Amino acid sequence: MSMLTVEFAHQSSLDKRLVGGKAHGLALMTQAGIPVSPGFAVTTRAYREYLDHTGLKARLEAALADVNRESIDALDEASHTIEAWFERAPLPDHVLMAVSEGYARLCAALGSADLSVAVRSSATAEDSAGASFAGEYETFVGMRGVQDVERHLRRCWASAFTARALSYAWKNGIAPLDVEMAVVVQKTVNARAAGVMFTVSPVTGDRSRIVIEASYGLGLGVVGGDVTPDRYVVAKIEGHVVDRIVGDKHLEYLSGQETMPVDDERRARLCLDDAEVMALSRIGKQLERMHGAPQDIEFAIDRELPAGDNIVLLQCRPVTVLPTKALLRSSAPVEAVARFASSVLSAAR
Amino acid sequence: MIPQTDRFAYFHEARAPEGAEGWERMYPYFLTSQPEGRASEDSRFWFADSMHWSRAVHPFDSIGAEAVYYGCGINGARSIVLPAALGLDVRMVNGYVYICPMPVTDPAEIEKRLALFQERAGFYYKNWDELYARWKEKMTVLVQRMKALKFEPLPEVEPMEVVTEGQGRSVSWELVENYHRLVNDFFLAWQYHFEMLGLGYGAYLVFFDLCKRAFPEIQDQTIARMVAGVEGIAFRPDDELRRLAKLGVELAVDEALRTKAGAAEILAEVQARPDGARWLEEFNAVREPWFNYFAEYGFLHDQETWSQNLDIPLQGIARYIELLRDGQDIDRPVARLHESRDEIAAEYRALLAPEETAQFDEALQLSRNVFPYIEEHNIYVEHWTHSVFWEKVRDLAGVFVKAGFFREESDLYHLNRFELDQALFDLVESWAIGVPARGVQHWGAEIAARRKIMAALRSETPAPAYGIPPKEVTDPFAIMNYGVTTERVQEWLSQSGGGATRRLQGIPASPGVAEGVVRVVRHENELSQLQPGEILVAAITAPSWASAFSVVSGVVTDIGGMMSHAAIVCREYGMPAVVSTGFATARLQNGQRVRIDGYKGTVVLVEAS
Repeated sequence: MSMLTVEFAHQSSLDKRLVGGKAHGLALMTQAGIPVSPGFAVTTRAYREYLDHTGLKARLEAALADVNRESIDALDEASHTIEAWFERAPLPDHVLMAVSEGYARLCAALGSADLSVAVRSSATAEDSAGASFAGEYETFVGMRGVQDVERHLRRCWASAFTARALSYAWKNGIAPLDVEMAVVVQKTVNARAAGVMFTVSPVTGDRSRIVIEASYGLGLGVVGGDVTPDRYVVAKIEGHVVDRIVGDKHLEYLSGQETMPVDDERRARLCLDDAEVMALSRIGKQLERMHGAPQDIEFAIDRELPAGDNIVLLQCRPVTVLPTKALLRSSAPVEAVARFASSVLSAAR
Repeated sequence: MIPQTDRFAYFHEARAPEGAEGWERMYPYFLTSQPEGRASEDSRFWFADSMHWSRAVHPFDSIGAEAVYYGCGINGARSIVLPAALGLDVRMVNGYVYICPMPVTDPAEIEKRLALFQERAGFYYKNWDELYARWKEKMTVLVQRMKALKFEPLPEVEPMEVVTEGQGRSVSWELVENYHRLVNDFFLAWQYHFEMLGLGYGAYLVFFDLCKRAFPEIQDQTIARMVAGVEGIAFRPDDELRRLAKLGVELAVDEALRTKAGAAEILAEVQARPDGARWLEEFNAVREPWFNYFAEYGFLHDQETWSQNLDIPLQGIARYIELLRDGQDIDRPVARLHESRDEIAAEYRALLAPEETAQFDEALQLSRNVFPYIEEHNIYVEHWTHSVFWEKVRDLAGVFVKAGFFREESDLYHLNRFELDQALFDLVESWAIGVPARGVQHWGAEIAARRKIMAALRSETPAPAYGIPPKEVTDPFAIMNYGVTTERVQEWLSQSGGGATRRLQGIPASPGVAEGVVRVVRHENELSQLQPGEILVAAITAPSWASAFSVVSGVVTDIGGMMSHAAIVCREYGMPAVVSTGFATARLQNGQRVRIDGYKGTVVLVEAS
């Protein structure tokens, strides 16, 4: 087996260096029975083969060695040049064959001739300690047919060399060419609503909370920050919703590019009900236990699947940065109580 | 919400309700605001203690305000020597009790007090179980001693023994002496009450603080759940009702117990059944001591115990019978409650960093150790001491009426305890001399006037606070016990403008969300009006209202903190509760529909009907 593509259900998709962080997370979930949208990874090996066969590797090395890292204009220019290289250099035949076969198998499994899929970057550098690379690399939603898939696969690869990705990598002491870029191809979720779940409070670092942000349609609005999502806080251990704050969801993404305005009535309403929030939280708790650390999870509520069975996870990765608890203690009442508590404790000892 | 003002009214700005002018003269001078203390009073922050006194207080009943804050001060300021706090100062305004925590601010003084505190508190914590056992013994002796006090009508002439035994001492002197003994023991009970309470709350605070630091968003009620007991005498009165309900079904007197009638009729119905006598025997055996239990806290003479008003326990029994007939299990799931308490604690512990777990264990152990005291002390003091205290005061009132001094027993409560001491001496001296008591004239008109004042005072709910609030409330006990936090004070300030309210903010005391029709209950007698699914709105709920919780769908109170027993019982009943709203009884009306959120502490008007 060539290992140019691997399905989430396959054992070897648990090799993070082969499939990258995102696909690794999806594989783990798939294999633990947690619902994710079905798909496969185009591996880092395929990426290497592509760079080698097309000669892009040598050209990239040269270009990156020469560029002035401090100049935004220079970086922009270099990245545009690189992007054009990826646009023009087709996949080597054996890689294209593997991707076509992977896509065909997925289409067949789901009974569709040209299944709509998401094509998403899954780099090995993502989620490395201290650097989340959150949103640095590209994701394309609603691709149909192997041509579309193949073209956007290359765009994902190219996104490792955008000006901002390059700066981010360098700032974190990572050589851009050391980033191993795998790509996830998975069924596009027909999302009624979607969003992000943290199994820790991102505000206070409280590990007993789960915080969910969600909006109508695909999760792009939540991730991209162009809507104010609804916000839910769940008490992880007792298992109930502590807080629900209605956001301002003025638009929803129907596909990667296409948005639609949300009418006032739906805008003022929460997009998830308590049962959905709790079902999500249970999955979040399970994932956190699996990984032994707080997780950052992207999810969608599928429009077509039956209630109770309609949650689809898109991504799961460790939360990399948390507020320091020490920064949170400042109010006078808290200080007064703490002072008293410590005098009681020392008396009791 | 942005407050429109940065202070509450000063005492001298408070207007007496119409018809209550001159109310100040009814209370001891030191309980009311005086002109010479104005500057100091104005500069401080006073909040209503409607947790203990939910209605305007009769002159005699103000003895409670004295005893409570004397005992509290003794313990905190002088005995255990809290480092940064003295006692709570106390005033009566328009018949309601207001308190003000007195902080120690001088760092050198705090340092000095800290050393004393470490030594004294340390002794209690190290010997807690033994000292608590001794405490229960002391309280039991005290209650027995109060029970033994006699207040009997004055005879025509002294009994023969006074002569034959050469006593040379009048039986009338017993009245004077026993009144003093009764008052002494009442004050003593309140010193005992605080002997361990501050330390108990302090120990709980250690755990509370640790949880808040480790889990900044954790809810107060979750912390309480990890510590709260599920057994012990605090739960006994209600457990006895459940047992009597089951026995009623077993002995086939349940139909009789479901009769919609007064206690006398119901008990007669039961008596008429074949096994009725057996059930009544059990019922009567339970009354002492478990029905010596106030529907409220027994700070006011007109609050009744279950024994005084058998309607209350019988209604509770009938509700449990209904549940039994619906096929429900009414036993408290003690084992499961224990288990879930430990499970929750273990799960929170598992989220901690390894170096934090030892502290967590230590703090949890310490608060669980003291918690039985926090939960049980009310039974000894508020329920048992108060019930015997008021019983004896009623006996004394009977003596006054028999002697023609008072027209009716309730006249007595219109004199404060010092005035009553004078009246009592007037009574025995005039009896001894053989002349009419001067008090009949002296007090007759005044009591009539005071009755009008009391009615006027009781027609209004208290303002939540007076004076200038601190920027931040830092007193641990104000926060923990009374639910008075910086946020609450801001809410009060923003709402003190008056007008219609669509939303009230309180403290979430018991989780859950409920929507229902408002039933404002100002007196325990009104509990019987509750309809299934209604939201109970009260100044404060007492734990003994528990059986009503099987009917209502939620509870809202004006005042109260997380640590009140009522809050604990609400949680156990799975009843959403929002406490410390400040205004619920004043702003909500019967028939309105509200949605209460026991997670967020909100009460929202859904629609008015």
